[in-house]
Amino acid sequence: MWTLFHKFGSPKWFFGIAGRLMPWLLALGLGLLVAGLVWGLAFAPKDYLQGNSYRIIFIHVPSAFLAQSVYLMMAVAAVVTLVWRMKLADLFVQAVAPVGAVLTFLALFTGAVWGKPTWGTWWIWDARLTSMLILLFLYFGAIVLGSAISDEKASARAVAVLILVGVVNIPIIKYSVEWWNTLHQPATFKLTEKPSMPPEMWVPLLLSVLGLYLWFGWLACYRMQTEILRRERRTRWVRELVRAEGH
Amino acid sequence: MTEPLLQAVDLQCERDNRILFQGLGVSIAPGSITRVEGPNGAGKTTLLRILAGLNDSYTGDIRWLGAPRHHQLEQFLRNLLYIGHRPGIKPLLTPLENLRALTAVRRPLADATLRQALDGTGLHGYHDVPCRQLSAGQQRRVALARLLISDEPLWILDEAFTALDSHGVEGLEQLLVQHAEQGGAVLVTTHHHLDLPGMIRLRLGRGGHNDDQ
Amino acid sequence: MTSNAPRAVLADHNVSVGRAMWAVVRRDLRSSFRQRQDLLNPLLFFFMVVTLFPLGVSPEVSFLQQAGTGILWVAALLSTLLSLDHLYRHDFDDGTLEQMVLQPHPLFLLVLAKSLAHWLLTGLPLVILAPVLGIMLHLEGNSIAVLCLTLLIGTPVLSLIGAIGAALTLGLRAGGVLLSLLIIPLYIPVLIFGTGTVAAATEGAAVEGYLALMAAFLVLALTLAPFAGAAALRISLSNS
Repeated sequence: MWTLFHKFGSPKWFFGIAGRLMPWLLALGLGLLVAGLVWGLAFAPKDYLQGNSYRIIFIHVPSAFLAQSVYLMMAVAAVVTLVWRMKLADLFVQAVAPVGAVLTFLALFTGAVWGKPTWGTWWIWDARLTSMLILLFLYFGAIVLGSAISDEKASARAVAVLILVGVVNIPIIKYSVEWWNTLHQPATFKLTEKPSMPPEMWVPLLLSVLGLYLWFGWLACYRMQTEILRRERRTRWVRELVRAEGH
Repeated sequence: MTEPLLQAVDLQCERDNRILFQGLGVSIAPGSITRVEGPNGAGKTTLLRILAGLNDSYTGDIRWLGAPRHHQLEQFLRNLLYIGHRPGIKPLLTPLENLRALTAVRRPLADATLRQALDGTGLHGYHDVPCRQLSAGQQRRVALARLLISDEPLWILDEAFTALDSHGVEGLEQLLVQHAEQGGAVLVTTHHHLDLPGMIRLRLGRGGHNDDQ
Repeated sequence: MTSNAPRAVLADHNVSVGRAMWAVVRRDLRSSFRQRQDLLNPLLFFFMVVTLFPLGVSPEVSFLQQAGTGILWVAALLSTLLSLDHLYRHDFDDGTLEQMVLQPHPLFLLVLAKSLAHWLLTGLPLVILAPVLGIMLHLEGNSIAVLCLTLLIGTPVLSLIGAIGAALTLGLRAGGVLLSLLIIPLYIPVLIFGTGTVAAATEGAAVEGYLALMAAFLVLALTLAPFAGAAALRISLSNS
């Protein structure tokens, strides 16, 4: 059983599977994303309160969503790294941490752009934005620690510990930031809470969320493949692969 | 043939994409003195740290008294005395305080016994001077005083003879032989010329039984 | 000896884990008291950072009363961060840390002992100094009392979480700054509840619930952080 586990965990095996999966992920992901965004940005009805400015949620919500789930995925991979020392898990963390950080930044940026017409200011210390900002800090920590440790294995395991500590903290951070928010400002800004969103709005939103997830899957595979080639450049299978590509 | 205390089977260690050793077998029996040899960078210290349980980036099996080491880690650690490059002597504390702190977590001993051990390594008159005022050789002797009062059968000593004068070297050699005679086991690395009767040599690096490809 | 082949005599005496932990705490306290400057530095830093706010923002009583709690908490947090770099560094450099990992006791309990020693040497003095600074910032008596209580519960959490970061950044160049980057986000909940509780007390609200919540943070940190710290320590030592 162990040998099987190791076989399926081997970078070489993953490289092949990812190669077969990637065209589908990319095509489906981009298709859904474009469909969702075009629908949402151009055809969905105007919001009766916010007018056209609300349309940024078609970017903001998917990226915020994904930014949080990427951290959770990294936490799962961190457990695998620490318990089974599977190389793939570590490759995954390394490949997606910057992607997660960029998505978090995107969510913050679109949140700020959205805030300008909605609240009349670029930045507001709203509970969600603040939580996202702290999430960005957590991503920075994982990336910085990973690059500070030169040994691959030690780096992977240290980052895994940090991510797990972070993931235990995320609910606590969210809870305390929400509490802090109610303490400092009366809950008047509740525009993000849309009790009833018509299907013309949430269907494109759903499409873009799905699209972004699939596209993320493609990007993760792509980045992992690149890293596999770099790490395994001295092995025979990579050399043969390069030779075959050369012809 | 007695059962080995510590045994490593098919040990492999890779560091920065370079294989330090692979397929390495180590067996440390009671009454043996083993010297790990090899050029700089061959992985001597790494091997010692792996066997002591400080470094866990290896593949292979390590057994203590015939059973996997990680199943009985505390028992293993209780029976191991490891002195590394950095011997664990706090410069702000005196030799006596250092020795007390190091033994208190394993087997508390009376101060008189500790003082005797310090005397035994030639530190008479220096018991209560902060270690940072001592020479490198003297600091090394503080760490080595642990050997005189050790009840651990397995000694792993990295660069054991560093900074010792010829007198100290002689004393330590004698101590190792004595420990082996009493059924203990010793694993050492040293750049010093060491040739004890019955000493086993374990050679790492090029020319040994492992290569890079 | 019965056979001609030598037999090893195994060590049979075992020290209780409590004594081992106490030995760790005692050694840390003792070597810190030999180097008193290291003890004093975080306190001086705490004092100076607090002084910057009346000078840099405003000495008005109304401002200081409102911001005082936050200033004290942030300053306490920063000076804890500053001192964390030392938590394992000396032990790492002189090999004491290797010996600690090789003790025949569960490592997480020794990490707990190290965190306790760190708190006794930095957290507790901060709590003791806080009332003086509270008075200088014109905080009311009741607020100061609650502030000290929150610091008393909160600073051990800072030491416990900080020990994870200190272990992760062990032996790295730029360890100090890196440590802060890793740890500050994790300190945010403690900061929020520490200052929030005092704010509630100032407004006359009941604070028992908040204090209980902070105590829950402490219990959580006590139970989880030492394990993470021990794992981090093994990883860092393994790589050295």
